[in-house]
Amino acid sequence: MKVRVKFAKYGALRFIGHLDVMRFFQKALRRAQIDVAFTSGFSPHQIMSFAAPLGLGLESTGEYMDLELQSHQGSEDFLKRLRAACVPGLDILSVKALPDNAGNAMASVAAADYLAEFRDGRSFTGYEEALRAFYAQETILVTKQTKKNMLEVDLKPGIYALEIQDGAVFMQVDASSSGNIKPSVVMEQFLSFAGIAVEEFGLQITRLETYLDAGEDGNRVLLPLDGIGEDF
Amino acid sequence: MKDTRNRDRTTCHLALSDEILLKIEKPARYIGNEWNAVVKDRKEVDVRFAMCFPDVYEVGMSHLGMQILYDMLNRWDDTWCERVFSPWVDLDRIMREKQIPLFALESQDPVQQFDFLGITIQYEMCYTNILQVLDLSRIPLLAKDRTWEHPIVIGGGPCVYNPEPIAPFFDLFYIGEGETRYRELLDLYLECRKTHTDRETFLYRAAQIPGMYVPCFYDVSYQEDGTIASFAPNREGVPARVQKELVREMDSAPYPMKPIVPFTRAIQDRVVLEIQRGCIRGCRFCQAGQLYRPVREKNVEILKQHALEMLQNTGFEEISLSSLSSSDYSQLEELVDFLMDTCQERKVNISLPSLRIDAFSLDVMSKVQDVKKSSLTFAPEAGSQRLRDVINKGLTEEAILQGASMAFEGGWTRVKLYFMLGLPTETEQDIEGIAALSNKIAAAYFEVVPREKRTNGSVQIVASTSFFIPKPFTPFQWARMCTKEEFLEKAKLTKHAILNQLNKKRIKYNWHEADVSVMEGVFARGDRKVADVILRAYQKGCLYDAWGEYYQNDVWLETFAECGVDIDFYTTRERNLDEIFPWDFLDCGVSKEFLKREWQKALGETVSPNCRSQCQGCGAARFGCGVCLETREEKA
Repeated sequence: MKVRVKFAKYGALRFIGHLDVMRFFQKALRRAQIDVAFTSGFSPHQIMSFAAPLGLGLESTGEYMDLELQSHQGSEDFLKRLRAACVPGLDILSVKALPDNAGNAMASVAAADYLAEFRDGRSFTGYEEALRAFYAQETILVTKQTKKNMLEVDLKPGIYALEIQDGAVFMQVDASSSGNIKPSVVMEQFLSFAGIAVEEFGLQITRLETYLDAGEDGNRVLLPLDGIGEDF
Repeated sequence: MKDTRNRDRTTCHLALSDEILLKIEKPARYIGNEWNAVVKDRKEVDVRFAMCFPDVYEVGMSHLGMQILYDMLNRWDDTWCERVFSPWVDLDRIMREKQIPLFALESQDPVQQFDFLGITIQYEMCYTNILQVLDLSRIPLLAKDRTWEHPIVIGGGPCVYNPEPIAPFFDLFYIGEGETRYRELLDLYLECRKTHTDRETFLYRAAQIPGMYVPCFYDVSYQEDGTIASFAPNREGVPARVQKELVREMDSAPYPMKPIVPFTRAIQDRVVLEIQRGCIRGCRFCQAGQLYRPVREKNVEILKQHALEMLQNTGFEEISLSSLSSSDYSQLEELVDFLMDTCQERKVNISLPSLRIDAFSLDVMSKVQDVKKSSLTFAPEAGSQRLRDVINKGLTEEAILQGASMAFEGGWTRVKLYFMLGLPTETEQDIEGIAALSNKIAAAYFEVVPREKRTNGSVQIVASTSFFIPKPFTPFQWARMCTKEEFLEKAKLTKHAILNQLNKKRIKYNWHEADVSVMEGVFARGDRKVADVILRAYQKGCLYDAWGEYYQNDVWLETFAECGVDIDFYTTRERNLDEIFPWDFLDCGVSKEFLKREWQKALGETVSPNCRSQCQGCGAARFGCGVCLETREEKA
């Protein structure tokens, strides 16, 4: 059975890279004695995959990984075991059984919500107008360094929402493999647009949720990545 | 939605700012919080102990001894042991620039606030990193400048069997295995602090605990030729000789059932099961083989239980046996059979280092690894039988060829060979023997494996040589070490000899840098005079000398010259049998008489049987444990 685990990453664990998070869960699943299916061959590996890698330094309350289970004793038992095998800063939030036809976590990612805050305690309250003006632009062009040359990209179509919430900048952006938008890039553009001075690494960015697109014929219907799952 | 962010800001106290952590390489090295890391309440403990491995995190976290002591100290309710490692060069620079004090990983508190700073010293080339750790911790580099404001700085590990080149930097050295005397030392400390005893008196009383060497209570005087005239305590009540500590009963000794699991990949990324301590072989170049005598095995039933428990508690995907010579463990077959069963069931890999290549080990290896991807390792150490007799390496050409042939039949094609250059009495013929042996192994492949079966690529031999460095407490402690030029000439000879072989295309040859070997030779047999050079070289920027890319040979040579310390005195000088060595006041268990006998037997090309077949009277029997208590089947 395929399950989708939702977890949070915060605190000191912000500084653990994506590969190390995978290594952590490989060991945590063994400690939790969860019956994960393995690949065959000389060095069998647990069948697991992760949704969208989180950049170093970012926090998240919306990370996902998929696991193939050989057997289980229900989601309650699963959560209890895995939580007991994790360190604070990598918190297991929920687990859902996936329908057989569900795509894998990484390929399913369509969008994500982010929150950007000042690290030094300042607030974005008061910049509502500037943010509206920024978002109202027809295009938001950035140049991206590719392997061969510089490429101009328009961020605008990939920004689905942009507003100030409780003193922080909230955004919903494209997170699919083809059109992924980094929240730090959006913030860079906005800060320079609004003339706000921030030191390097002066923002704390949190991924709040990761979404899949359940819509058809180009109509975007975003659901949290485990929105298609069920308790078991 | 649950908001975890507020919790973060109250629980996450890191010594380094986000800005720094995001700028440096592998920030995971500095944040602690790993699975099984021990966190206690500062207010509930009496002793704060910082346990340091003076190298980068991934290296230090791979060291078993540190995990053993961390676990042991943290079993005591009144003690909190935390870890400290050398900040990597990128962070080192930032910490100096921004004046950030070095901190321990668990609490992220500055090391300076601790009661003890214990430094494990596993190789000579980490000496400048010791000074880095002291310096960044804001602890005076010289012990004589310290007060109760500073932690007690303790050195331990194999290098402290000649502590003299680093003696001025330490308050005390713990000689031998750490499991035995720490409680006594901590209790003495607590008593002294409670009664407001001065630091020197604490050290004086500590010097009376077995295994403790407090350098400031010993004076050394030199002859005109630079050798030691006398080495003696400078006050009443301090022992003239310090005997090593050792664990007599391995089965009841503490062993970490919950080792720390690093986030980032450490070099030793697996469960480590220590199956025995010591080695019966008595190779004459090997320091560990003498220091850890006598061999003490662990009970196989206990090991099985430990293996299961540690795998469960860590979630590691691999388990490795640890010992100097696993093949000599008497219950090896039973243990390996058990591990193969249990690991197959759990899909855990087994790694079996230091196994002699024979039918048994090949059978096991074929079951636990992918033959196509793995290689065989032989360590003949010397190219000729004559020289192998000199060094007492009981591995014959016949055994190597037989083992290799069996392996080739089993599908292996890759062979690694380890040799040393510059061993005592070495001749050109011995060096040519390295090439000849490599060639014979390649030839054995073509003989054993018919053409149509050579599907897994052809045979590949990798011969590597390191340069021989005489170490204290070995029969070769009297030996002359080669100069850099001699070493390089030997490497050149080896290379040419290999190029003259029929199967030269199947043999790859690697050799080590000679510069750093010379420096290691100085530190290994150095005296207190060398300490000035180490201090000055550190002040001139030497750091991470064990890492080739950071080793600055020119700075070292210049500093030796400035300090008026002659490198050749420590390396190439012939030593008399009656010379007083800087480490002679230590008693590592084997007697100087035994080492002398072995040195003379070496020069006479005579081998000595191993401990299990015939006792050689090394002196370790007085500990009354391990192999010394076994009944031998001595042949008449």
